[in-house]
Amino acid sequence: MESVMAQIMAVVRMNLISLPGRISSSITTLLAVAIVVTVLLAFMAMGEGFKKTMEGSGSDGVAIMLRGGSQAELNSGLGGDVFNTMSSAPGIAKDENGSPIISGELYVIVDGTKRSSQTQANLPLRGIGPAGFSLRKNITLLQGRMFEEGKTELIVGASALSQFEGFEMGNTVKFGSTEWTVVGVFDAGGSVFGSELLTDVRTVQSQFNRGNSYQSFRVRLDGDQGLQKLKDFIANEPRVNLDVTTEKAYYSDQSRDMASLIYMGWGLAIFMALGALAGALNTMYTSVENKAVEIATLRAIGYKTIAAFVGTLVESLVLAVLGGILGTIIAYLLFDGISTSTMGGSFTQVVFDFNVSANAFKSGVILAFLIGLVGGFFPALRAARLPVAVAFKN
Amino acid sequence: MNVLTLIRKNLTRNTLRLVLNCFAIFIAFLLFGALGAIKNAFEAGVEVAAADRLMVVNKINFTQSLPLSYVNKIRSIEGVNNVTWANWFGGYYQEPRNQLMTFAVDPESYFQVYDDLVIPEQELDNWIKDRQGILIGERIANARGWKVGDRIPVSSNIFSQQDGSSTWEFNISGIFRPENPQTDTSYTLIHYKYFMETQVWGGDWIGWVPLSTDDPSLNEQVIKAIDNMFQNSPAETKTATEAQFSKAFIEQIGDIGFIIMSVVMSAFFTILLIVGNSMWQSIRERTKEIAVLKTIGFTAQKVFSMVLAESFLLAFIGGLLGLLAAWGMVNVITPLTQNFLPALVMGKSVFLSGLAFILLLGFVTGIIPAWQAMKLNTIEALNRS
Repeated sequence: MESVMAQIMAVVRMNLISLPGRISSSITTLLAVAIVVTVLLAFMAMGEGFKKTMEGSGSDGVAIMLRGGSQAELNSGLGGDVFNTMSSAPGIAKDENGSPIISGELYVIVDGTKRSSQTQANLPLRGIGPAGFSLRKNITLLQGRMFEEGKTELIVGASALSQFEGFEMGNTVKFGSTEWTVVGVFDAGGSVFGSELLTDVRTVQSQFNRGNSYQSFRVRLDGDQGLQKLKDFIANEPRVNLDVTTEKAYYSDQSRDMASLIYMGWGLAIFMALGALAGALNTMYTSVENKAVEIATLRAIGYKTIAAFVGTLVESLVLAVLGGILGTIIAYLLFDGISTSTMGGSFTQVVFDFNVSANAFKSGVILAFLIGLVGGFFPALRAARLPVAVAFKN
Repeated sequence: MNVLTLIRKNLTRNTLRLVLNCFAIFIAFLLFGALGAIKNAFEAGVEVAAADRLMVVNKINFTQSLPLSYVNKIRSIEGVNNVTWANWFGGYYQEPRNQLMTFAVDPESYFQVYDDLVIPEQELDNWIKDRQGILIGERIANARGWKVGDRIPVSSNIFSQQDGSSTWEFNISGIFRPENPQTDTSYTLIHYKYFMETQVWGGDWIGWVPLSTDDPSLNEQVIKAIDNMFQNSPAETKTATEAQFSKAFIEQIGDIGFIIMSVVMSAFFTILLIVGNSMWQSIRERTKEIAVLKTIGFTAQKVFSMVLAESFLLAFIGGLLGLLAAWGMVNVITPLTQNFLPALVMGKSVFLSGLAFILLLGFVTGIIPAWQAMKLNTIEALNRS
């Protein structure tokens, strides 16, 4: 057993040391695998980056209410009377003054200019209640001050500011016939809230002729039982027709569509991997051909078949896995942390960062390993079956 | 033995290598064809946009409404040919998941502006007369199997009727078809007046105003005239060509064209490496034979073109098979993508650019080996072994 191991090691060493002699075809395989892995990781980084933003947005301690059956905030509409009814509902936490922590919210979609393409894109100008800012997780004012109630002032999320023009601190923007001033910039810790413009809900209602209507209510839940109490209340209250869910569930739900990006990445990568596999097979068959005399000679002096087999396989695996690691490094350097935006569930832009995760790295190396395994297996079989007589030719 | 036989023999001397190279090229062109079709489907709205069609929307954002009175004011502007208007209905069929894109439009003027849609005159007349009539696009008719005369319920996830219900019943009056197969017809049209009178809020507001100009060269002038007319009013407008409007909308999803082209280019680069290396290798192995060919009277030019012909042949076999497979694949998945990518067809343009890439691939992978073969010093090569 030990001697077989020694033989395998000897052949592996021989193959790896002689690699530079086949430098062009070896590098071809390595690069081909690297490119396949880069493509896979690019898509995974997009999908996971978006997911991270959406899942980082919600809190389990906050609930969102929409008109029953409306599914998205944009389609929802709630009257002021419903707001009053819900303000006294059980399950909502109270502040130090004993008032319920509830924020009636309403957004309108306004145009921003996408920096990358200079085209118009949908941004939410969201009106929030006095409790709205503190109800949002990880949100802090970076610059300037809070908007004042009743004034056409707004604060802009740092993510929105990074991707869209026109909302720089101190700027005035015109929506319809009114001018709005950007009085502050806030950071929301990479969550979806950072892609929004915030202002006072009453100002949105009056400036956009929405009467006393809202689209959603956001409340701080009173302990673990809060959500259930709220649901029971809504179920038994004929005056309201509301869907209620935790904020975390609401945003996680919206990340599901983008998960298809990850599947798409896998689909493309598998097709490309088949192409790379052809390259790997080509390289390894040539490698076996070039070393036919050496392999047969080893066999002639008593080396086991398995040594020739494993030696070839390891060569292929080393090339492919090196390619996989190179591909990951390329993907990391090219994509990790890149900011971009896409259309989210509210029909407005969501800014997110590409995220090359450890999970993606693992997937990339596994794909590379599989290419190396299949690409090495058949040539290894040929190496193992080389007739000893080859050694004595020429 | 003529030259063609020689090229064929050279190509097939190592069957395994031939198969592997062909397969790699096949994969690259399969991806090229399929992704090219997808890219075109995304950009179809820009491609098929009529040159003389403009869209007027609220300057705040296209989701904000405009007063109905704007239509007549726009009609009076010089250079404007036909004007119509539309509203978003937010429709779905039975389940909110089954989105049914529905616009409430003015029946008399809609097809004057959208003159690239074809509808039998009788069906159009019937629709104009029937307030509860609905026109459905050909793609919807095919996808759902609906026929003229059917009565269907369409629900809105935004609006509701005065009785509280959010479902309207409609009679299918007709089916409209596109002149160009890439034009999207996966939507339905209902009467603006009927919609406004039956829904809760009522009012005289509209979503957007499509119009056609007398000539595309007047577009700039008309755009300025419209936007100036409504400047400093409560509802300022932003007018753009249909192509610009579609492009901006696609950009909201992301730079899809760039993403797809990057994938295609990386696939090509991979295949270039693999096939180029393999061609180079196979010529190196043949050094001695090439020297012999030259000795027996083959000119350097002839040797050069033989090697190049070999790489072109390889690119054509793999490439054409790949494009063909892509065409088959697109045809198979088209029925599945009706809802989110209605314009998925692998058109002539994808095929033609595929051919150009085949030529390019054949040239790039063959040129260096061909050059080496041409420059090969016969005496040195024969002495080497």
